[in-house]
Amino acid sequence: MLELIKQPWAWYIAGPLLALVAIALLFFGKSFGVSATLRTTCAALGAGKKTSFFHYNWKADRWNILFVIGAIVGGMIASQFLMHPTVSVSPDTVQDLQKMGVQDVSGLAPADLFGWQALFSLKGMVVLVLGGFLIGFGARYAGGCTSGHAISGLSNLQLPSLIAVIGFFVGGLLMTHYLLPLILQL
Amino acid sequence: MKTIKYIFAGILFGIIMTKAEVISWYRIQEMFRFQSFHMYGIIGSAVALGMLATFLIKRFRLRSIQGQPIAFNDKKKSIPRYLIGGVLFGLGWAMTGACPGPLYVLIGHGFGVILVVLASALLGTYVYGLFRNKLPH
Repeated sequence: MLELIKQPWAWYIAGPLLALVAIALLFFGKSFGVSATLRTTCAALGAGKKTSFFHYNWKADRWNILFVIGAIVGGMIASQFLMHPTVSVSPDTVQDLQKMGVQDVSGLAPADLFGWQALFSLKGMVVLVLGGFLIGFGARYAGGCTSGHAISGLSNLQLPSLIAVIGFFVGGLLMTHYLLPLILQL
Repeated sequence: MKTIKYIFAGILFGIIMTKAEVISWYRIQEMFRFQSFHMYGIIGSAVALGMLATFLIKRFRLRSIQGQPIAFNDKKKSIPRYLIGGVLFGLGWAMTGACPGPLYVLIGHGFGVILVVLASALLGTYVYGLFRNKLPH
């Protein structure tokens, strides 16, 4: 059993388990969506005093802060006890990344982009700071992220969620194929 | 139990995201390069099971553990908001290799610098709130 847990999980294990988390939240009377935590946090930090968008009863959404605290703890537990040695990423991807100048394809992410020292390089700054900004701005503009739209919204056959997911992919493809190769040369 | 169940759900989420390697920047690159079925399989199977569950909840008018009917909020109809917002989100997703969920999980993995990404995401959310009325929705 422990050996099984220590292996990377196949998509047909992970996908249904992820759905179970979303379904559990439905039975708790909530709706699965992670980017809302960013709005809740802004509101909790007092953004509502200045902007009406954050002036709402955020205390009713405190559950999602608890959920992401759990996600952090889950990450800690997994990294300490359940980690497998390497990400089994496709050899084609490895080859493409190396062509783009990402030589060290180990761990969960390239160390020169996702370590503290990345903040001292232009490409690292762009990826971490601009990337984060676009995630926060775009998710709220679109009214949700991968969890809220791609999983919850599509499960409920919401056309707006399908439009949002198409948008996610248009942006992702543009970045991956055209912009990221330029950014990595900075 | 009232609040701890959300923490437990989050812990399970963090473990699944790790073991499925969804939190890996490489996996997101691989997905946008169409070089593996992995991410599509995860999202696809989660949505398929989610659809079935949503259908059954509506069909049998199932109730939450608090005894309330389970409600689904229909999204407001609009195209610009979802398309423009979606594209901007997608740009950030492919850049950082993480959507909001994995950001939290990665912090748990000890990637301290992800706190900068999270702070930027908070700023992005705040700036959206500031300019919301001026943006096409």
